[in-house]
Amino acid sequence: MSTQTTPPPAMQKALPPGHYGFFDLVRSEWTKIRTVRSTMWTIGVTIVLGIGIGALVCALTRSHWSSQNIGQRVSFDAPATSLIGLLFAQFAIGILGVLVISAEYSTGTIRATFSAAPNRSRVFAAKIVVFGVLSFIVAELTSFVAFFLGQFLLSSPATHATLSSPGAFRAVFGGGLFVCVLGLAAMGLGTIIRHTAGAISAFVAILLVLPIITAALPNQLAQDIRKFMPDRIGVDVLTTKGQEFGAFSPWVGLLILCVYAVVLLVIGASMLEKRDA
Amino acid sequence: MIEAKGLSKHYGAKRAVEQLSFTVRPGVVTGFLGPNGSGKSTTMRMIMGLDTPSAGDVTVKGKHFKNLQWPLREVGALLEAKAIHPGRSARAHLMMLAQTNHLSNARVDELLELVGLTSVANKRAGKFSLGMGQRLGIAAALLGDPEILLFDEPVNGLDPDGIRWVRNLLKGLAREGRTVFVSSHLMSEMALTADEVVIIGRGKLISQTSIEDLLSQSTENFVRVRSPEAAKLKVALEQQGAVVALEDDGSLSVRGANEVAIGELAAKLPVVLHELAPQSASLEEAFMELTEDSIEYHGTTTGGPINSTGAKS
Repeated sequence: MSTQTTPPPAMQKALPPGHYGFFDLVRSEWTKIRTVRSTMWTIGVTIVLGIGIGALVCALTRSHWSSQNIGQRVSFDAPATSLIGLLFAQFAIGILGVLVISAEYSTGTIRATFSAAPNRSRVFAAKIVVFGVLSFIVAELTSFVAFFLGQFLLSSPATHATLSSPGAFRAVFGGGLFVCVLGLAAMGLGTIIRHTAGAISAFVAILLVLPIITAALPNQLAQDIRKFMPDRIGVDVLTTKGQEFGAFSPWVGLLILCVYAVVLLVIGASMLEKRDA
Repeated sequence: MIEAKGLSKHYGAKRAVEQLSFTVRPGVVTGFLGPNGSGKSTTMRMIMGLDTPSAGDVTVKGKHFKNLQWPLREVGALLEAKAIHPGRSARAHLMMLAQTNHLSNARVDELLELVGLTSVANKRAGKFSLGMGQRLGIAAALLGDPEILLFDEPVNGLDPDGIRWVRNLLKGLAREGRTVFVSSHLMSEMALTADEVVIIGRGKLISQTSIEDLLSQSTENFVRVRSPEAAKLKVALEQQGAVVALEDDGSLSVRGANEVAIGELAAKLPVVLHELAPQSASLEEAFMELTEDSIEYHGTTTGGPINSTGAKS
């Protein structure tokens, strides 16, 4: 028991002017993302799959080039083939997108974060900036390296492309953008669902299961719906020869994907504000 | 200063916290006591703006927590041990918190030193024991050198040495004029640390009082009297308005008259006294008595409050 009689005067602490700022939160989010192993793993897998699979397919194509008939040679899409790995890398970046927010919930870190910075929307915006910039750099790097390596492996006699070939730059840059925006959409899903496994399942289902379901629909209906699917948009962005009939143009497709990501992130942000942490 | 007014939190039909009003003032350690599940943690989360109250209001320094300019420099909280990513190091965890409020990495190292985690600062926190997790949580709370501190069950998982360390730390922080609010379900721990207590049961305020007042208010305070003429003394005491019980061992338990009054009365009668011993309840008993009706999760083997015939001191 305390023997203290009169309590000491209340502490009066001098605080710096202003308040905690957005850049402070960006630094904090950068520290968070770079100090867990899952970031290194998912980024590593994104790069390896994104570059490796395209390189493998390109190398095999060249070694079998002489056995291809003329039709196959003419319709061969060199840029798209080198970028095929992006369609696998998208899952790894999606997992990172989910984890940057869901891991905060599963570990309780979110409460430490909001106890230090209670402006949740500002914290979330900082998180989006950090993950967005990181995934943009990783995705574009992967895409460009995959393209150059793939074209190098194709070389003569196989058809190969340069960045100035028709549609090539758009496929490479757009492919990276596609992976990055998909990652941001996954982050939105993670914020809404909050559970790692649940959010990753939803992400994979949208990319893999939804196309199977729509394929079972009557033809015209399937075609109308298919072009809105993220996986279809991805393929259209990468394709430089023989676009599928009825598909959106690549930039329109990317714009639609951006709308998906923004909608998911905005819903996530509003839930983040309203729900108890 | 922390002020709660009519603070309530309902989860569907369950009323976790109901119409809770209290004030936590600077310069003293205020204990926040209640049985498990009585709403202590929920209340603390509402103070920190993590949970939104269903009704009522709570402020720190007269403001809502969300409106503080430098939250980490103004209020520090240990809400749960090991609320940390298991793959992140202690240093990285503190760094990311420090950066939100523009605090330096040097401050992080200072705190690691203070809580004794310097040697494991770069180890993954997932490998930490509960006690180490508590130390890290305490470091996080102190990081911004805040005037107001909240600790939810800070001694859980600590060894006796660690418990003493926390106790002295809390007292020292209060002596510096800080507001210190510490929850516990252990009255005995609070008796050694706190100057004041806010006691809740089933989410409702039972009492806000100083530790001393809590003891003196308790009905468990009585005077044990032995006398060869117990019957005569009993009648005389009862005439004075005291409540007297004759115990099995022949002693009298007197409530409503203190040892001074009993001694003087015995001299006047006169009656020989063999023993005149004031019995004060331990805080644990005072607490049990207050929360008797509000324990949410009863064990089946306990006998409830200790009955008044047992010798206590």
